[in-house]
Amino acid sequence: MTHPDFLWRNPDPKPAYDVVIVGGGGHGLATAYYLARNHGITNVAVLERGWLAGGNMARNTTIIRSNYLWDESAAIYEHSLKLWEGLSAELDYDLQFSQRGVLNLAHSLGDVREGRRRVNANRLNGVDAEWLDADEVRKFCPIINVSGSARYPVMGATLQRRGGIAKHDHVAWALARKADAYGIDLIQGCEVTGFELSGGRVTGVRTSRGPIAAGKVALAAAGHTSVLAALAGVRLPLQSHPLQALVSELLEPVLDCVVMSNAVHVYVSQAHKGELVMGAGIDAYNSYGQRGGVHVIEAQMAAALELFPLFGRVRVLRTWAGIVDVSPDASPIIGPTPVENLYVNAGWGTGGFKATPGAGWVYAHTIAGERPHPLAEPFGLDRFTTGALIDEHGAAAVAH
Amino acid sequence: MLLIDCPHCGPRDENEYHYGGQAGIPYPLGETTDEEWAAFVFLRDNPKGWFRERWFHAHGCRTWFDVERHTVTHEVRKAR
Ligand SMILES: Cc1cc2nc3c(=O)[nH]c(=O)nc-3n(C[C@H](O)[C@H](O)[C@H](O)COP(=O)(O)OP(=O)(O)OC[C@H]3O[C@@H](n4cnc5c(N)ncnc54)[C@H](O)[C@@H]3O)c2cc1C
Ligand SMILES: [Zn+2]
Repeated sequence: MTHPDFLWRNPDPKPAYDVVIVGGGGHGLATAYYLARNHGITNVAVLERGWLAGGNMARNTTIIRSNYLWDESAAIYEHSLKLWEGLSAELDYDLQFSQRGVLNLAHSLGDVREGRRRVNANRLNGVDAEWLDADEVRKFCPIINVSGSARYPVMGATLQRRGGIAKHDHVAWALARKADAYGIDLIQGCEVTGFELSGGRVTGVRTSRGPIAAGKVALAAAGHTSVLAALAGVRLPLQSHPLQALVSELLEPVLDCVVMSNAVHVYVSQAHKGELVMGAGIDAYNSYGQRGGVHVIEAQMAAALELFPLFGRVRVLRTWAGIVDVSPDASPIIGPTPVENLYVNAGWGTGGFKATPGAGWVYAHTIAGERPHPLAEPFGLDRFTTGALIDEHGAAAVAH
Repeated sequence: MLLIDCPHCGPRDENEYHYGGQAGIPYPLGETTDEEWAAFVFLRDNPKGWFRERWFHAHGCRTWFDVERHTVTHEVRKAR
């Protein structure tokens, strides 16, 4: 076997682009790809201060689902899920997208009511959803402890069979390769340090590799969005928090679906290679430190062991954190900003991996056109003033 | 785990506390515009660096107090 060719060039920045995307994670890359694919806009640079997809894109637990409560969320996440269903073929790259089913467990009467309500709401929105009682949960995932004496009794679960996981690195590489093939410049080691502003409009960015003029500037910087926006004089309703996850040593196949429990802040799946991948809830405080407290991992493990007594002897291989951008209603912010030609796509917080293609699609449309994409429109910044929040704390809650 | 100095109890583990976010956000007095109200409810600073924030010693003396904490190094110092 020969070493594969490099998947993208490593170009030096040009003096000017039609669109400069700040941040080369999944969302930045998907936005670049769809700008070219859907809108024929290829004079585009993606500026990444580190290496491509070394931020949250490399750190997430890759859960993909679309069973959100509200119409606006269901629409955008379902759009994304539909794109996932054709993405490996379209990008000509095996994304290891595996629709193995996602369970969201209910541990209390409140959870049961919320879950059943969400199943009904999902169905009305054309999103596949089922309610399983405890016995059906046991049949679907035999290693969950559903006994009545469990500390977190399982009273049922929602199931989205079309949900699952994908291989995050492959997703980033596949998008990068295609964007590069369209002639888009993916520029690594290029940190945006400021903006050229004139008359309330952005005309370029300052970077660690010199100034770059831009027709439009699109932020896709996840946890660092507030820092960037502040450089343009824009305050955003975002708070940056560490979100931790971990993997175990490699195991034989033991778990063939995704299990999430909002109430006890744990979600787990088994990656193709064999490691258990588990995520926690966010650390409470604001941080850009890409690390969190051990007690958060400990609490998450304690809950995981209650649900899966079988994991008692499994050893943790590695823990890490990413910095997630949390919005007040646990929904993203997509659209224009008070600065003309400056766009924002942020606030995906703990759950933006699943949205990678969908966010890229609607963000590209929003940047290319005169108006936000209809699926993005409800997620504009103005909702915090009008009060038209899209409160997904129930469905997004902790994480995933 | 952070070690946070409660003004009443001294240094204690982070998990005795509840986080309160940015300090010094006064309730707006008098009439507010929609924009001002939205800013009061939803807009908080989110700096990369020193941050003045509130902590509640929930499992201790139940006092609210302010500290300054660096959001990259997590170093904690007395609020000035
Ligand atoms: C532990 C963890 C688990 C998660 N689990 C899930 C999950 O199971 N399912 C799910 O859907 N979502 C999950 N998420 C959330 C998901 O990872 C994010 O919402 C999503 O990755 C954010 O978009 P992105 O890929 O573009 O972000 P990132 O990959 O973080 O990309 C942002 C990029 O911007 C760059 N950048 C920042 N500042 C600058 C600058 N000044 N100049 C140039 N570049 C800059 C960064 O270096 C970074 O590469 C999880 C997140 C974490 C941390
Ligand atoms: Zn105290």
